[in-house]
Amino acid sequence: MTQRGLVFLGFSALLPGLASAQIQNQPDDGQWVMAPKNYASTRFSTLDQINTGNAKNLKLAWTFSTGMTRGHEAAPLVVNNTMYIVTPFPNVLYALDLTKPGAPVKWEYQPHPEPASQGVACCDVVNRGAAYSDGKIYYNTLDNQAVAVDANTGKEVWKTKLGDINQGESITMAPLVAKGVVLVGNSGGEFGIRGWLTGLDAGSGKIRWRAYSTGPDKDVLIGANFKPFYSELRGKDLGLSTWQGEQWKIGGGGSWGWISYDPALDLVYYGTANPGPWNADQRPGDNKWTCTIFARRPETGEAIWAYQLFPHDDHDYDGVNENILLDLTINGSPRKVLVRPDRDGYVYVIDRTTGEVISATPFVYVNTTQGVDLKTGRIKAVDAKKTGYKTVRDMCPAPPGGKDWQPSSFSPKTGLIYIPHNNLCYEMQGTQANYIAGTPYVGANVRMYAGPGGNRGAVTAWDPVAGKAVWQVKEDFPAWSGTVVTAGDVMFYGTMDGWFKALDAHNGNLLWQFKVGSGIISQPVVYKGPDGKEYVAVLSGVGGWSGAIVAGGLNPVDGTAALGFVNAMTDLPKHTTKGGMLYVFSLP
Amino acid sequence: MSSHCRSVLVIACLPHLLCAGDRVLRVCADPNNLPYSNQRGEGFENRLAELAARDLGATLEYVWWSQRKSFLRDSLNAGKCDAVLGVPATLDSVEVTRPYYRSTYVFLTRADRQLQLTALSDPRLEQCRIGIHVVDNDYAPPAQALARRGLGSNLSGYSLFGKYGEANPPARLVEAVAHGDVDVAIIWGPFAGYFAKQSDVPLQVTAVSPAAYMGVPFTYSIAAAVRKGDDTLRDALNGVLVRECTAVRALLEHYGVPLVEEEGKCAPSQ
Repeated sequence: MTQRGLVFLGFSALLPGLASAQIQNQPDDGQWVMAPKNYASTRFSTLDQINTGNAKNLKLAWTFSTGMTRGHEAAPLVVNNTMYIVTPFPNVLYALDLTKPGAPVKWEYQPHPEPASQGVACCDVVNRGAAYSDGKIYYNTLDNQAVAVDANTGKEVWKTKLGDINQGESITMAPLVAKGVVLVGNSGGEFGIRGWLTGLDAGSGKIRWRAYSTGPDKDVLIGANFKPFYSELRGKDLGLSTWQGEQWKIGGGGSWGWISYDPALDLVYYGTANPGPWNADQRPGDNKWTCTIFARRPETGEAIWAYQLFPHDDHDYDGVNENILLDLTINGSPRKVLVRPDRDGYVYVIDRTTGEVISATPFVYVNTTQGVDLKTGRIKAVDAKKTGYKTVRDMCPAPPGGKDWQPSSFSPKTGLIYIPHNNLCYEMQGTQANYIAGTPYVGANVRMYAGPGGNRGAVTAWDPVAGKAVWQVKEDFPAWSGTVVTAGDVMFYGTMDGWFKALDAHNGNLLWQFKVGSGIISQPVVYKGPDGKEYVAVLSGVGGWSGAIVAGGLNPVDGTAALGFVNAMTDLPKHTTKGGMLYVFSLP
Repeated sequence: MSSHCRSVLVIACLPHLLCAGDRVLRVCADPNNLPYSNQRGEGFENRLAELAARDLGATLEYVWWSQRKSFLRDSLNAGKCDAVLGVPATLDSVEVTRPYYRSTYVFLTRADRQLQLTALSDPRLEQCRIGIHVVDNDYAPPAQALARRGLGSNLSGYSLFGKYGEANPPARLVEAVAHGDVDVAIIWGPFAGYFAKQSDVPLQVTAVSPAAYMGVPFTYSIAAAVRKGDDTLRDALNGVLVRECTAVRALLEHYGVPLVEEEGKCAPSQ
């Protein structure tokens, strides 16, 4: 299938015979300068010392303890022989000197976020990592600060407050730096926020623009150049008219996931999260622009196109997942696409110049929808599975989706996308009275459980052109870590019960595995050390939404805790304990 | 009160003289949420806690804990305290006492507007700006009936959590009515009754009807909570609620809590 005409942005020069669509200034020098590895978000490393023949010899090279016990979701960065690690709250940034034995701490930076911010994190106090650009490390704190830190000295260059924890906002995402603009989005769809993506000047930290996910066009930065592919997405102020009254003001749609960038088209791509309140009966309408993919200009934030994945989302299918930018030959024609395995259970292949959905193919068992109408672009929701103040059973996928934030990787060598994902279904019961701050209310009780087959997760190798799985490895727990794949045809990921695994990228055969101290829910990376050797690094430290039962010490008796995820994870505490630790592996 | 103590706390309080002082009643309470409780002891749940401790011959200790999401799990059920005063009597994550009052969601309006709203089906609501608390990730229950009527566009959400640095964050919704930011608030009765009494602008409080919509109730019976399995303390508190019924009732009325139905009504002998 590598001969099928797949081209991967950024590395086509390394693959003679394939058409070129290289992202400028992003040759793979063996570093890891942003969480998704490159602007195309492929998480593919051209390093090939570790291969399918020798991966079985991988050995632990060194470790580093963060001393923290909440969920560790970040990707370490490797720049100029220094490794940078962002911890969960209190969001300490560590710089480790890779030129010295055992990689001692070079410096640490403490942003001192407000402790109260922990109370507005819906799903553990995680952080998904940093971005390096032009001598600075950029990342965000849980209490809504974007910070720039001098990569050499650890001195703060600037710090900008972007949101208010009193309004339910927090920030957990890894920023992206494009064209001198730092892109940051907020979290908090569970707390009545209004979502946004903001662009900051990378040099000064000044806010250049903010694009809201709801409200009038001027707030969403929709103007004359906005050309969505589908007619139902055109029209004035849809971010107002698809809501009742002022509900858009607390309508959710945070941007807490991934951002990609195509320098040739000068477009950044990202998705917005679920609408609020969660109870769909309380917010009639399509609730634009929640659960939507936006293409915007990085320098101005101007929207160029949008596609709403799930109008009036009633399953918490946030649209924040990664968009992998690929040039594929589809039905004989070269297409510039973005490929995204979505929460709603489909792998979308979308023309990234126009926003046209080329295909949407389920990669997990789906019964809440029946595919996407490619004429209108609208997903076909199943009426019997619509939620509200009522009990609905047997809905698949569950709110964490076919796949949550855990990012996939793509190998231009195999042409496959390696999707770490869930296999969860759920039921929702409407009427348990609860009580908060002296106020009775009725919340939906959500209970999740394993989907068909009984395994709660899997890693699937997916052919985006054929629209089918090539192989799949089942996992007992949701596969809540990212994947990374190399030119040595080795694919790495970690499991929630603490196994770090190397698989043959061609067939999924297990080549090697290592039991780490705590479950893995982070993003493994591959880099070239100062000694010229290839290293694989991963943070362990279970937690996050899925691992809250361990990191938060939740009671397994209350299956509705962690928004219903605990019910599916009651046995996790028997398989792993908490604690943040970096593990780095290499060949002897 | 010592005679009650002997009869109720047989195991903990024999011999009788050791009872007072040895026993500690640990109550988790919000430090900033009147009319229920605050750190200065000004709420009716503060007063109720004092009354219970006195009745049981126990020393009252507070564990201050803001009542956000997972309050019960992180406080009472985590063993940080032994009782919480004020939970819905149907709650199944804790052991509840007998209910000691039943209240309702109410319409809160400025008296000078003379709106006299009582029904969620009132057509005049279509012309009203309606303030309602946003609770965790949902609007408070009556929003459901209004959204079904197509009145979602009339709703203005007020965060129940508000700015915690300010006094009694839920009271912002009452102030919004007094200031005329909204025409009417639909709000849980105890907030409305208490803050209406304090307001410089005369406010009117009337129960919403119907009392339930699509299976979602707007009236709730309220009880005290202990950890599951702590039958001893539950029974002790039940004893207090029976013995002190008249005092509890007077306390609720003093704080302006709108009371409905027979719940918490005292037996004639008391």
